[in-house]
Formats: sequence, structure tokens, C-alpha cells
Amino acid sequence: MFHWLEKNPFFFAVTVFVVIAFAGLVEILPNFAQASRPIVGAKPYSTLELTGRWVYIKNNCNGCHSQLIRPFKSETDRYGHYSTSGEYAYDRPFLWGSKRTGPDLMRVGNYRTTDWHETHMKDPAAVVPGSIMPAYTWLFKNTADIDTAYAEQLTIQKFFAVPYNKELPMADGSKVTVALADTLEGARASALEEAKVVAADMKDQAVKDAVAAGQVPEIVALIAYLNRLK
Amino acid sequence: MENRPLEYDYTVAKLFMYNAIFVGVAGMLAGVVLAWQMAFPQFNYILGVEFAEYTNFGRLRAIHTDSVIYGFVLSAVWSTWYYIGQRVLKVSMAESKFLMFVGKAHFWIYMAASIIIVIGLQLGITSSKEYSEFEWPIDLGIVVVWVLWGISIFGLIGIRREKSLYISIWYYIATFLAVAMLHIFNNAEIPTYLASGGIGNWYHSVSMYAGTNDALVQWWFGHNAVAFVLTTPIIAMSYYFLPKESGQAVYSYKLSLLAFWGLMFVYLWAGGHHLLFSTVPDWMQTMGSVFSVVLILPSWGSAVNMLLTMKGEWQQVAASPLIKFMVMASTFYMFSTLEGPIQAIKSVNALAHFTDWIVGHVHDGALGWVGFMVIAALFHMAPRMFKREIYSKSLMGMQFWIQTLGVILYFTSMWIAGITQGMMWRAHDEFGNLAYSFIDTVVVLHPYFIIRAVGGTLYLVGMVMFAYNMYKTMTSSRVVEEHELQNATPMGA
Repeated sequence: MFHWLEKNPFFFAVTVFVVIAFAGLVEILPNFAQASRPIVGAKPYSTLELTGRWVYIKNNCNGCHSQLIRPFKSETDRYGHYSTSGEYAYDRPFLWGSKRTGPDLMRVGNYRTTDWHETHMKDPAAVVPGSIMPAYTWLFKNTADIDTAYAEQLTIQKFFAVPYNKELPMADGSKVTVALADTLEGARASALEEAKVVAADMKDQAVKDAVAAGQVPEIVALIAYLNRLK
Repeated sequence: MENRPLEYDYTVAKLFMYNAIFVGVAGMLAGVVLAWQMAFPQFNYILGVEFAEYTNFGRLRAIHTDSVIYGFVLSAVWSTWYYIGQRVLKVSMAESKFLMFVGKAHFWIYMAASIIIVIGLQLGITSSKEYSEFEWPIDLGIVVVWVLWGISIFGLIGIRREKSLYISIWYYIATFLAVAMLHIFNNAEIPTYLASGGIGNWYHSVSMYAGTNDALVQWWFGHNAVAFVLTTPIIAMSYYFLPKESGQAVYSYKLSLLAFWGLMFVYLWAGGHHLLFSTVPDWMQTMGSVFSVVLILPSWGSAVNMLLTMKGEWQQVAASPLIKFMVMASTFYMFSTLEGPIQAIKSVNALAHFTDWIVGHVHDGALGWVGFMVIAALFHMAPRMFKREIYSKSLMGMQFWIQTLGVILYFTSMWIAGITQGMMWRAHDEFGNLAYSFIDTVVVLHPYFIIRAVGGTLYLVGMVMFAYNMYKTMTSSRVVEEHELQNATPMGA
């Protein structure tokens, strides 16, 4: 059989493909629908949070920080409750990472504040002596891209029925609604409102002035995202 | 005309060879900068604080990985394809104007895409998925490049004179098919600009998969990108170049059959070992773990087949630095494909995952196996393409030992770093509290980061020596006659 295949490239290629594709069919497909169901308490990202999530990605934070707490005592002691699949239902892409040069950030919003992040991003070693993380000073100058995040929100609402503007059950029994504006102007305005809340806790005068003037620096969006990781 | 031997046309093979050498040096330079950044963070500001946005670890990391994998290795793979393909199929590229055009289009479109990728990554345009960071316009460009290569493969096969496909061709076909499948499924994404009616960046997209599913598809891709870019085409090279260079027949045809079909079937299952103890279903994790261990068999099948090809001819290893590269490559292949399965065992993975041990594993495979085999392949091809002997044998020998030392420093330091950090993360004191804060586990790695950076720098020095030796070989070393190019590559002092 093998000798015959080696003389018939078409059937050789087909056979190779079937043998290669087999594992993907068995491993990936069966669980697809089930694994993407949100857990109670999961909610989609607001416009500013999603903007911040892309600042996180743009700067490859996921290259050094994981967002996956494994079910070991040493990990739950350090980072909080282990991760569950339903918590990630609105994560496109997933940001588990593959390396912990720095600590896990899955629930960093539980134990770090806006103020801490601001100081830390300017000079990590000043907050954590011995840190090898570089300073991210440009985040204080660059303006965040709200529009693209809004475009993404519209896209995922349309294609994946992500529940914006709908009441969602929280773990404590309360209900939460994540608003999505009807227009781009509305989205910019609501992101700015969120940004003002974050900027109120910050010290950098240039950032405060920018937000007061209707601009959203990348650092504000990033902190909004980090604060929401819980 | 009828009785003249076939003249192979290496135009396209040469183009890819130039790029492989250039990107090899550039991509590893980026890697060395990253290594020094981890040892001394001030290297993040290597061009000044105002340019730190473009020179920091986060931005450079993807440029390093992508340029080495898709720039250096893939260019070398294609250079060998446009060399080996003609030879084992017994046809010349010059016989078909169409295939020659396809080959050149393949190279130039690939070059254009590469330049756009580097600029994009530098600006922070990324989808975040490791080794698949590109946004949708580039993903489409990659499809075009890949289809062109496919046309080249099957076009050349279509006009072949040798009816039976040599082992190397099996592996090129497998590479082509598997990467096509992986690329398309992992990059299923929706362009937000089009979907939202023209809002925001035109190149931005959002993944079709969410959370756990996204992770599953990504690591099914990520693991097998390693399999089908960094393993199968490299095996294709070793099956051609080692027998050619040594003048020995491949040790066992049956073993090559077992290794090939075994690898095809088993490799794809093992992706789950990147997701052990994650939120992926337990049975998939177990499958990933078990199949990773099974993977030792086909991997060692190829490696053993290579090493036994040298049976009775081991004096060649001492005599020829080129054979040294290939034998060392096969040895590192065995080593790396044993280490990988060990890391995929759940209890070991609990310790090793997220640490530098994984980085060490990647690099003993990439530098020791892939890098050495590629270097050997290019050294073997250059005299045959340019009709000149290798400029300097002693320079080649020196390069071999410097790079070998570099790899050893790299993986040993990363073993120690990884296991140290893994142990410290899980350590508890007598009251059940965590024994170390996270920063304790970073500071302790400092010496190992330095050793790794030195190892990487040595490897880079070897690459520069390689580039110089190749440059001189192409331009100014002694011209050789056809009869000198039978087996052992002619080398100057």
C-alpha cells in the first residue's frame, strides 16, 4: 500500500490529510458549544474596558503575565479562586498566556488599585524592588482607540449574540446591565464617563487634563480593564 | 541536448537562501536583545526612553519568534524545497516557465508580507495569539503565499520523471497540508471594520472563538506549527542531506515509514499538553498528555534512522564539521523529543508550566535541532548552487563548537531557572502560608538570565560567522568542477 501511495501523489496527499485532521475532529469539535457558556457573574466588556483590553494586547502584557489560575493550593493562595471555563465566555481572544515572567493577573482587580497601577506603570521597580518589568511611560501619552473597540462590540453583539443592554444575573443575586451605545458618538461619550471615574483616582496632571478635555489616554483604558479583572 | 545531464535551476532556491541567512542573524539578534532585557531591564530602553515603546520586551518578543520561525526557518525550508524538489523528482525548474514564475511570485509576495509583518508588530498590531499574531489582511496574504507554494509542489510533482516520491517529498507535502489547515482554522476571525459598517481600524478583527475554545484552537495550532514548520520540513532536510553528504544510504526504509505515518497520526493529538490544569475538559488534557509520551516513538524513529545512517562511517563525524552539524542536530532532536513528553506528564507540567524550563525546551529544539540542521543544509547546498567550495572549513568548525556551547549554556540555565521558580511558587512555610512573594522568585533568576543571555550571544556570534562564511563562499572562494560535488562538500582551509 505504501509503495502504491508513494507513486500516486494525489492519494498520498489525501491520506496524509485524513490522518492529520483526525485528531482535531475528535478533540476539538465535541466540546465546542458547551465550553463557551458563560457562568453566572460573567459579563461582557464595556467600551472602555474593551479598549483597555486591546492596549493590554498591543503591549503584549500576555507575553509575561498569565490569566489562568490553576487548581493548586499554591495558586489559589496567591491569586484567588481557580479559573473556570464560563468566566472566559466573553474573552475574544483568550489571554491565558504561556509564561509567568510576572504574576498572574486573572483577578488583579481584587487586590490592586488605580493608584497602584499608575505608579507601577511609570516605574515598576519603585513599587516592587527588583522588578524586571520595563516602565510603560508611552501609555500616558498615547490616545486610546475607542472607535475600534466600539466596532468590535457591535460585531460581537451581531455575530455572537453577546448580551449588551440586557439584564445579567450576578453571583450575589443582583442584576447588571452592560450598556452599548446606539451611535459612535454615544460610545465615545460613555467611554469618557468611565474614563473620568478612573482619572479621578489618578495623580498624573497631564492625564487628568486630557480626560477633562475629552481625550482618553491609553493608561486610563488599561487601568479600567485591569480593575475589572476579578 | 538529449544526452546532456539535467541542469537544475536554483534561482528561487538562492533567493530564499539569502533571506534565510539575513533573517537568521536579525531574528536571533532580536532574541539576544530580549535575553539581555530579562537580565538587565535597562536594555528595554536601548534606543532611549522615548523609543521604549518600540524596543521593549513585549514588542520585540513576537518579532523575535516570528522572524526566526517564519523568516529564518521557513525561508530555509523553501530554499531546500526548490533545491531538493528538482533533484529527487528529476526535473528542472527551467523546464517550466509557469513554475518558475510561481516560484518567484512565491518569494516576492512572501518578502512583501514579511516586511509588513515586522512593521505591524513593531507598531503593536497583533491578535495576541502566539506565532499567529497577524491581523486578517496578513492572514489572507499568508494564504496566497501558501497556495503558491502548493502550486509549486504539486506542479513540480506533476511533471516529474522519477515516479516514486522520495521520503523528503512526503514531509514537504505533510508540511504544506497541515499548516494550511492549522492556519485557516486558527485565524477564523471577523474584520470589525466591515462588520460594523466602517468604524475604527480597518485591519482589526475579532476571533470566531471565545475563551476556552479559543485557547484550544490556538494550542492545537501552536503545538502543530512547531510540528509542521519546525519539525517535518527539517526531517525532510535530514533525509536528503545526511545521506548525500555522507554517501551512505538511509538506514531503514521501514523505519522511515513507521516514523512518518506515526508522526502524522500522533502529533496533532498532543496540543492539549499546553493546556494542562486549565479549564479545557479533563479528558482532552489526558489525551494531550498520553499522546505526547507516545510521540517519542515516531520522533526517535526518525532520529535513530539518521544516526544509524552513519553506521560504520563515524570517522566522518570527526572529519567533517558539516556532518557534525547534522549528527548533533539529530542528537538534539532525540533530546528535545524526550524532554517535551516529560514536561507533558501532568505532575511535571504542574511544576514546569509558565516557567523558563519551557523556554529552555523550545530553544534546545530550535537552536540545537532546527538551527543546526538548517545551517548544515545551507552549507551543503551553497557549493552546488554557486559552484564554489565552502570558503573556510576551520571557520565552520569553530562555529560548530561556539554554537554548541551556546545551546548548552542556554538550556542548562533555563532548566535550573524553571525548576527553581516552579519550586518557589509552590513552597509553603510551616504554617501553610506561601513561603515566597512573587518578586522573590524573579530576583533569584538573575544569574541564570545572564548565563542564558551569554549562551544566546554565543549562538548569535556563530550565526555571524556562518553568514560571513556563506558570503565568501558565494562570492570569492575557489571555483569547483561538477565531479567535486558528488558527496562530501568541498571546503577550503
